Amino acid sequence: MKTLIRNGAPSDETFVSIGAEDELPAGMDVIVTLDRWRADRDRLTQREGLVGVRLQSDEPPELIAEDLEHLAVVALEFPAFRDGRAYSYARLLREQYGYAGEIRAVGDVLLEQLHFMVRVGFDAFELSSSDPKRDFEIAQADFSVWYQPGVDERDTAIELRHR
Amino acid sequence: MYRYDEFDHRLVSERNAQFRRQVERRLNGELNEDQFKPLRLMNGLYLQLHAYMLRVNVPYGTLSSEQLRKLAHIARTYDRDFGQFTTRQNIQFNWVKLEDTPDILEALAEAEMTAIQSSGNCVRNITADQYAGRARDELVDPRVYSELLRQYSLLHPEFSYLPRKFKIALTGSPHDRAAVALHDIGLRMHLNEAGEPGFEVLVGGGQGRTPVIGKTIREWLEPENLLSYVEAILRVYNMQGRRDNIHKARIKIIVNQLGIDRYRELVDDEWERIRDSRLKVSPEELDRVSAHFAPPPYTDLLPDASAELERLRAEEPAFDRWCATNVEEHKVPGYSIVNLSLKRLGRPPGDLDADSMDAVAELADRYSFGEVRVTHRQNLVLTDVEQRELFELWRALDVLGLASSNIGQLTDIISCPGLDYCSLANARSIPVAEDISRHFVDVDKLALVGDLTLNISGCMNACGHHHVGNIGILGVDKRGEEFFQLTLGGASDEGASLGDRLGRALAQAEVPAAIEAIVETYLSLRMDGERFLDTYRRVGIEPFKQAVYGEPASRAAA
Repeated sequence: MKTLIRNGAPSDETFVSIGAEDELPAGMDVIVTLDRWRADRDRLTQREGLVGVRLQSDEPPELIAEDLEHLAVVALEFPAFRDGRAYSYARLLREQYGYAGEIRAVGDVLLEQLHFMVRVGFDAFELSSSDPKRDFEIAQADFSVWYQPGVDERDTAIELRHR
Repeated sequence: MYRYDEFDHRLVSERNAQFRRQVERRLNGELNEDQFKPLRLMNGLYLQLHAYMLRVNVPYGTLSSEQLRKLAHIARTYDRDFGQFTTRQNIQFNWVKLEDTPDILEALAEAEMTAIQSSGNCVRNITADQYAGRARDELVDPRVYSELLRQYSLLHPEFSYLPRKFKIALTGSPHDRAAVALHDIGLRMHLNEAGEPGFEVLVGGGQGRTPVIGKTIREWLEPENLLSYVEAILRVYNMQGRRDNIHKARIKIIVNQLGIDRYRELVDDEWERIRDSRLKVSPEELDRVSAHFAPPPYTDLLPDASAELERLRAEEPAFDRWCATNVEEHKVPGYSIVNLSLKRLGRPPGDLDADSMDAVAELADRYSFGEVRVTHRQNLVLTDVEQRELFELWRALDVLGLASSNIGQLTDIISCPGLDYCSLANARSIPVAEDISRHFVDVDKLALVGDLTLNISGCMNACGHHHVGNIGILGVDKRGEEFFQLTLGGASDEGASLGDRLGRALAQAEVPAAIEAIVETYLSLRMDGERFLDTYRRVGIEPFKQAVYGEPASRAAA
């Protein structure tokens, strides 16, 4: 059972995941695949309810760069925790495309990775954990200092040295 | 040397606390080995054939005497009294216990050392010229930039799950002692006409089962843009690098697939966007880090010791040989760079026992401002020795068995740990190194042969750099038996080249005689002043083939 963590706290899932052949449920918020988005773009943008797109790890965000204004969620898939492409995708969504909606980590998401994910722009996570709130807080407390600028604008060690 | 400030200390101690929790979860069964493996591999902890191995970073090969003493303490307390220096200027402890590793990391942190990212699919230890800041031919000291890159790459939030490992090397000398063309990113420092430093950036070099010489992606990069440009290379690689096949996942494969021009376009597009970001190296930070690498308090105008040195060399042939091979020119008059050979009969290349580590630390304090370097050829260096003290130092090293005068020669062998330790190996490389060293014990003969690099890898992963040895030896498995494939003509310096395959693989017992035949052929064919590599490049592989395998007819019969 996965729990959704949004902005640091457990949150009810308000989106329904829609497969390639599924009917669109009336009035509900949905997350669709890239193919479905491309095929049904007009219907999805005109209907009631929010829409998100779930990108596989070989689907870079430039494929939806023109569509971002319509998307409440971009879910980035980790098919295995080792596949780190989505770290760069999240960062590009925030920094290059200026996307301000929810970026959700889905798939094989390890607790050890949450700290890094927050720093590159993820703000929602589907976690397998018996106590997701506690685990998320522990992961966020792993580090209080870092060398690299992230999308979160917090100061790096280098910047703090020269304050 | 760089010393940690409060931020550096805090980051390492937070990482160690995190790892301690992970080890606890493994030991109490919350994590199984499959779940724990990726966590320990982010911290240099491998499970080898017989035990856990911990690889400790020596950033750009630079050690203080205090750090070397800490390594001795770890060898003594947690291992079997020794460690092995590696081709990545690191040290490996081969017999550690899992439950001890958090304490080992804590001890290392006291001496400002870590094992963070010494394994895993991330940016590994930054390596550099072992003579950085000291070599007479040096244009720019690469240590400042090595340290900036060390910090930049440590626990990078975006690049800790790259397609594969990623190695960066720097040199600031025209003579490349850091093998930069064999790295994922190689940085060669130059000076422009105004005398300002900058980088030539190479990308896509590497060894392993698909050896490739790196290609120049950018001729000139200003130092202030170093981090943003490296970030652009890494981001393109993270998104484009292949993840479908572990053997095709290094950056060299994608650079070759896309072509260097296309890769450059992708990097430039990304770099354009981020070059003026917070990644720009600030003058304040550059000054702060540079201050750590200020020269030691050299004695000005040392009395000229050359006459006395000449006299001692004339009197003592062994000292003379050692000066010729192991002592290098220093940029400061009156000082020398001294190499300590870790290639001794009866000891695997790069091995050093705890007592010797302490003794070297002592000598470093007495003769070299407490600084030691590790070379990618698995030797140690004392950086700043007064020439008038060379003789005394040589005698002290001789007592320790660390005065073998074979640096750069045939018996200065690079070798991976091989099947004696490593779970990937096909063959035992250490005994082959030992056989060759026993075969070539005549120091006059070795001096006659001169510069010749011999590198041994126990499998095609090429940790022993066999592709770029003037003579390379690769362990292969043939129907369950160990055989050794020879290559000739490899080089890792500014004229980097990959070795050519000599012929069928040999049994272990045949290897020393084959090396002998190759060496004799070289001696019979060389022209004035030619090194082995020069002769090989001039005459080609045929004479060596004949020397090792005989005439084509008898080869067919065999």
